[in-house]
Amino acid sequence: MSEATAVDGAGLARQLLAGDRRALARSITLVENDDPHGWEIVRQIYPHTGAAAIIGFTGPPGAGKSTLLGELTRLERSAGRSVGVLTVDPTSPFSSGALLGDRIRLSDHFLDQGVFIRSMANRGALGGLSEAALQATLLMDAAGRDLVLLETVGVGQAEVDVINHADSVVLVLTPGSGDSIQALKAGVMEIPDVIVVNKADHPLADSMVRDIRSTLALGPPRDWAIPVLRTIATTGEGVGELLASLTEHRAHIQANGTLTRRRGSHLRAEVLSLVSRRLRRDLETALVREPGFVALLEQVVSRQLDPASAAAAILAEVQPRNEHASSD
Amino acid sequence: MNAAEHRPIRVVVAKPGLDGHDRGAKIVARALRDAGMEVIYTGLHQTPEQIVETVLQEDADAVGLSILSGAHMTLVPRILALLRTEGLGQVVVTVGGTIPADDIAELKGLGVSEVFTPGASTEAVVDFIRSAVTR
Repeated sequence: MSEATAVDGAGLARQLLAGDRRALARSITLVENDDPHGWEIVRQIYPHTGAAAIIGFTGPPGAGKSTLLGELTRLERSAGRSVGVLTVDPTSPFSSGALLGDRIRLSDHFLDQGVFIRSMANRGALGGLSEAALQATLLMDAAGRDLVLLETVGVGQAEVDVINHADSVVLVLTPGSGDSIQALKAGVMEIPDVIVVNKADHPLADSMVRDIRSTLALGPPRDWAIPVLRTIATTGEGVGELLASLTEHRAHIQANGTLTRRRGSHLRAEVLSLVSRRLRRDLETALVREPGFVALLEQVVSRQLDPASAAAAILAEVQPRNEHASSD
Repeated sequence: MNAAEHRPIRVVVAKPGLDGHDRGAKIVARALRDAGMEVIYTGLHQTPEQIVETVLQEDADAVGLSILSGAHMTLVPRILALLRTEGLGQVVVTVGGTIPADDIAELKGLGVSEVFTPGASTEAVVDFIRSAVTR
């Protein structure tokens, strides 16, 4: 460990608030690793958070999220705003390793001190982000980033965690990835504030935009009409319009109170998620050490006891007074 | 799984300089991934400054440099110096590529932990990084 990283949580928090990049990098590692120092840092910096705009990008793998994010970063930088980028890639369920490759699309910004890029592995989280994503966002916010861009893993249809983290959500799609029925389905199609059809030089781009617009028109009228934009991220075409839409969306949600409401529900979700994660870990740790649990499992394996009855027996032990214990 | 008990090693795999031969780097990146590490792959044509900034922002434990251009005696010392300037002198640095024996000794003298030449097994790379990274 180097000089700066050897200090305690309070020291790291101070350095982070002063804008030290190494302290920010180390702090993100600590919250990712569920390290007590990490929680101490978050506790100290929390009063200094809330100023950054958080924009989430989600969409299928290869849609161009990283490239688009790189172009948007360029525009934000020329407007003089500092940017934090958090990109999440999947962890292997087999080796628990990960290959984090989103930086490749952002290499133009590596030497710009106004841009801080961090790659995260999702470490088994299923919602398109990692468990530590919100905490890492808070750290970037406290370190003085005006804007935090949050990129999910390439998602399928149902990974919608980003709505619990971002003020505005951009869904990035590509032409030829399904007809109007795909656009009608529940899940990711329900979450965006802005929809981008990237690779818009593709012959099917226009019909894709039409399909999405007609699908949106089937829904109830809303006070924010979701824009459907065409971009070509590799050339930067349309990214100015995306920035304009995001600025407009931010003004809209600030004016009508949605931003405050959204952030309240993000934090509520984070608190609930922390409680359930910790309970779950404590419980699992305790259970595997419990001889009774092993005996129950053996009964399940030998088909003497079904899984739900075994679970009910365990819950009766753990929560003897909880009447709702078996209803879950 | 308890995250506190599970701290993956984070490794930056980078290709400094101008050669475009990234097959070796990709094979090593894949092997490290399969060994349970979090591998940050930066792509081709990285300058020493870009690589060091990536190591800093990603809080990496190790950086693997793949060089097949012959420019290792220029690039590697520059990267080592920049790492020290940024207070990242503890980061494990390995080099892979076509490196002559004389240069290997010199690179190690400068602070490179290990040099892997053609024919080195991916297991050797994985084992080395695992043992060299002390958390």
